[in-house]
Amino acid sequence: MTSERNTDIEIRLLIEAIYLKYSYDFRNYSGASIKRRILHALRQFGCQTVSALQERVLHDPGMFMQLLQYLTIPVSEMFRDPGHFLALRNEVVPLLRTWPSIKVWIAGCSTGEEVYSMAILLREEGLLERTIIYATDINPHSLDKAKQGIYSMQNMLDYAENYRIAGGRRDFAEYYTAAYGNAIMDSTLRENVTFADHSLATDSVFSETQLVSCRNVLIYFNKELQDRALGLFHESLCHRGFLVLGSKESVDFSAYSDRFEPLVKPERIFRKS
Amino acid sequence: MKGVQAVVIGASAGGVSALFTVLGGLPSGFAIPIVCVLHLPDDRHSRLAEVLQRRLLRPVCEARDKQPLRPGQIYVAGPGYHLSVERDFTLSLSQEPPVHFSRPAIDYLFYSAADAYGAGLLGVLLTGANEDGAQGLAYIKNSGGRTIVQDPRDAQVALMPEAALALHQPDHILTLSGIEQLLAALESSAC
Repeated sequence: MTSERNTDIEIRLLIEAIYLKYSYDFRNYSGASIKRRILHALRQFGCQTVSALQERVLHDPGMFMQLLQYLTIPVSEMFRDPGHFLALRNEVVPLLRTWPSIKVWIAGCSTGEEVYSMAILLREEGLLERTIIYATDINPHSLDKAKQGIYSMQNMLDYAENYRIAGGRRDFAEYYTAAYGNAIMDSTLRENVTFADHSLATDSVFSETQLVSCRNVLIYFNKELQDRALGLFHESLCHRGFLVLGSKESVDFSAYSDRFEPLVKPERIFRKS
Repeated sequence: MKGVQAVVIGASAGGVSALFTVLGGLPSGFAIPIVCVLHLPDDRHSRLAEVLQRRLLRPVCEARDKQPLRPGQIYVAGPGYHLSVERDFTLSLSQEPPVHFSRPAIDYLFYSAADAYGAGLLGVLLTGANEDGAQGLAYIKNSGGRTIVQDPRDAQVALMPEAALALHQPDHILTLSGIEQLLAALESSAC
């Protein structure tokens, strides 16, 4: 039990050290998951204690970048939860159309799968040309991957099925070129996409938007940080703008529960009230 | 068994009917929160909470992110997400890779609940064809909590309880009806 107590102290110190040295703020991430990820990294790096890991991270920025890949969870797929994208298409797009120009913020875009899904949907609805998409994340490696838009061909078959259920109107293969086991996404999809480093924990709002998509990011935050992020979304969204969350996320336990109203509740689509 | 503040239960193959039994005897005013991870197919929807609630005639819900644990409520993990208990006694969901091919993983619930409740936790591991939960249960014991393993001879699939027994000596090895009686009597012995 003593060693467990030590581990908990060391984890707090490591997170504090990362914040002081690299300005990445994990202090208000959900404790259980961040602990598991740090302990997992510990084993991968062959460190005996979290203190030993801290020493390496503090003195070697390259080591921190490696650790960052463990601290962020790049789990994503295209048209994940197809019913969600179908509801976006049917319920949100007709309203989105009424704005002359549209700004969309994909917060925590990870390796870009959500970005390309959104771009494809908007193109098919004839809206992509008058939309600017801001795709933000804290992990520079993930952002690089998102910009490159190269994904394993194996996953594309699953994505094609998601796309079809999500109300896709074309052959999904039209959106990429296959080469060497990879799929290279059609680069015109990202012509209006701005990829940027942005932290929901430390940065502020950078633009007014009509739609904010932040899926499976808030679950990694504690209530305080969740409230901060929802506050940024609320501030960024225009009057009656849309907020879309992950399939198990809600505003119910947050300070913003009465500032967003559900539009399609089961698909986690909300409107600024 | 005194001072139990929360109960966590893990099960896999054969788990639904096992849960019916072990939770079937709880008295009406039972006020300890119970959190369950049952291995589920990775579909988007599960009717487990609904089915349990109808059968047990007690409040049962699918665990939601940031939901505070309430006395007497039963929470079950939904498919596709790990379920943890945070130190402020709220629940959290996450999508780290599966553990022992399973998400939700019993180990993750057990580790996190042990960190939150320490000696106030009771962990129960039931039937299953998988080693998930064995390490987590030992961790509960190590953190000062109490543990129960279903008697492998009584389990529909013995692998999961056997894996737990190979790692640590639990406080009790019981049949399903023995576990039912112990849980039902928890509160009358609470201090």
